[in-house]
Amino acid sequence: MSTLLSVDGLTKSFGGLHAVRAVSFDVVEGAITALIGPNGAGKTTVFNLVSGFLRADGGHARFAGEDVTGRAPREMAARGLVRTFQRVQLFVEMTVLDNVLVGAHLHTRGGLPAALLRTPTTRAERARVTAEDLKLLDRVGLAERASDPAGTLPFGQQRLLEIARALAARPRLLMLDEPAAGLNPAETARLGELIVRVRSEGLTVLFIEHDMNLVMTVADRVVVLDFGEKIAEGAPREIQRHPRVLEAYLGVEEPA
Amino acid sequence: MTSRIVMAAAVVAWLALLRFANDYVLTVLVLSGIYAIIAVGLNIFTGYTGQISFGHNAFAAIGGYASAILTTDRGWPPLVALVAGAGLAVATAALVGYPTLRLRGHYLAMGTLALGLISYVLSVQLEGLTRGFTGISGIPPLGVGSLVMTTPRGYFVAVWLLVAVATGSAWLIVHSRLGLALRAIRGGEDAARALGIDVTRYKIQALAISAAYASVAGSLFGHFVSYISPEAFGLYMVVLLFTMLFVGGIGTTAGPVVGAIVIGSLPEVLSGFKDYRELIYAAVLIVILLFAPRGVLGLFARRRPARAAA
Repeated sequence: MSTLLSVDGLTKSFGGLHAVRAVSFDVVEGAITALIGPNGAGKTTVFNLVSGFLRADGGHARFAGEDVTGRAPREMAARGLVRTFQRVQLFVEMTVLDNVLVGAHLHTRGGLPAALLRTPTTRAERARVTAEDLKLLDRVGLAERASDPAGTLPFGQQRLLEIARALAARPRLLMLDEPAAGLNPAETARLGELIVRVRSEGLTVLFIEHDMNLVMTVADRVVVLDFGEKIAEGAPREIQRHPRVLEAYLGVEEPA
Repeated sequence: MTSRIVMAAAVVAWLALLRFANDYVLTVLVLSGIYAIIAVGLNIFTGYTGQISFGHNAFAAIGGYASAILTTDRGWPPLVALVAGAGLAVATAALVGYPTLRLRGHYLAMGTLALGLISYVLSVQLEGLTRGFTGISGIPPLGVGSLVMTTPRGYFVAVWLLVAVATGSAWLIVHSRLGLALRAIRGGEDAARALGIDVTRYKIQALAISAAYASVAGSLFGHFVSYISPEAFGLYMVVLLFTMLFVGGIGTTAGPVVGAIVIGSLPEVLSGFKDYRELIYAAVLIVILLFAPRGVLGLFARRRPARAAA
């Protein structure tokens, strides 16, 4: 079991607010790791720091053995770290299929000359990627909506499409920011199955989640943040009984 | 299917005009066609990539002045001068795009507006090169070898073939991997970045591509009118271009062309109204934008956007 992502002493403040304070944890390759914590605990900030959307004030991130602190988002994507967003970020006016095709950007070639000449190679590549992406859409149950504008999908399907798009980028580490937010129980169950399935195909998953049921059923490891600091880390069962976690979520019980 | 019918209808209309229209009508349509080429290019940058440029007159001016100066003072063949102008416009776009395309929204609008203003001032002030307000006259007609355009009919053929090439190439770009990246940037820069798209590089590329269209159109304008001056490439051009995009349908394949025809010919159609012309012109624009907020083409567009071609 090797470490794919290693976060070491990551720190970020916004003005006087310490959003993330010296947070360290490891994401084991091939495992599903959940990042949990009350609202405002700094979970999304950690995501933004690791994926290159924010620059850390201190600390390091190592991905696949290399120091990647301060790398741009697209460089992280090229290395195989692909994320989704808490507020779904689809290309709403593009079709469902086109959204996933954009996901394959890193694994396709060709600029202006390819666009204008449309050589057999270019056409063949597009046909191949389209076939792959339609399969991907089928996995999340969206194949029938392939030619509809992404913005016309119901919210739950938009979340699934965003994940399918991320998968089209063929990540090594898939980072999902609250993938179950706004989903109904059936959709959440389906999402859980999808996460487990992609892991079984060799993908590593790190996800932020408030739905504890989902966390407890799919996560191999849980990291808990509160007020920007890591307060616990361990297997789901340990976390459920961890006194500091209970305190963070439920408040301190007044001594009688 | 619908697009085939539209294309066939366009070809029929083109042939009919070529056969029956008089020089006055053809002249109006040549100028509309020249504007259509700029609008098609601007549509790639604004309609599909979602970036604002209020400085596209600068690229048309580069093409116009390059052609005028190189074919009169230097005696270059028109086609070579046209290509040279386009090269210069692309280089300028890349150079200007590098710092300004880091800006977003209003800042990009202001930055490009400055570009348009600077190009106007330069075309007035660099008298040694541009002859200032006097302008450059005696620009030779467009031609390749012994084939020289001397009539509006000749220009009508050449310009509208180029409009077809411009529209076709823009369609190819939009439906390619490059076009997917550009549309993704319009859809959301953060999501595009997260998927590995080099947003700044693609924006610069989109600006450079659209600059090439504008420059070619600027060159055509110079040859057709045989005279250019700073006024031909002022900010009013930008106002016209955006009106064309919005009236025709921004972010659609044929929208810029339809908009250019409508805006280019409307003042002529309304000329019978004399003093009330401007009033009716404005009223027609308002009615179009009220009832077709997505442009004339938006009225006919299917609910879903164009599917990616295999």
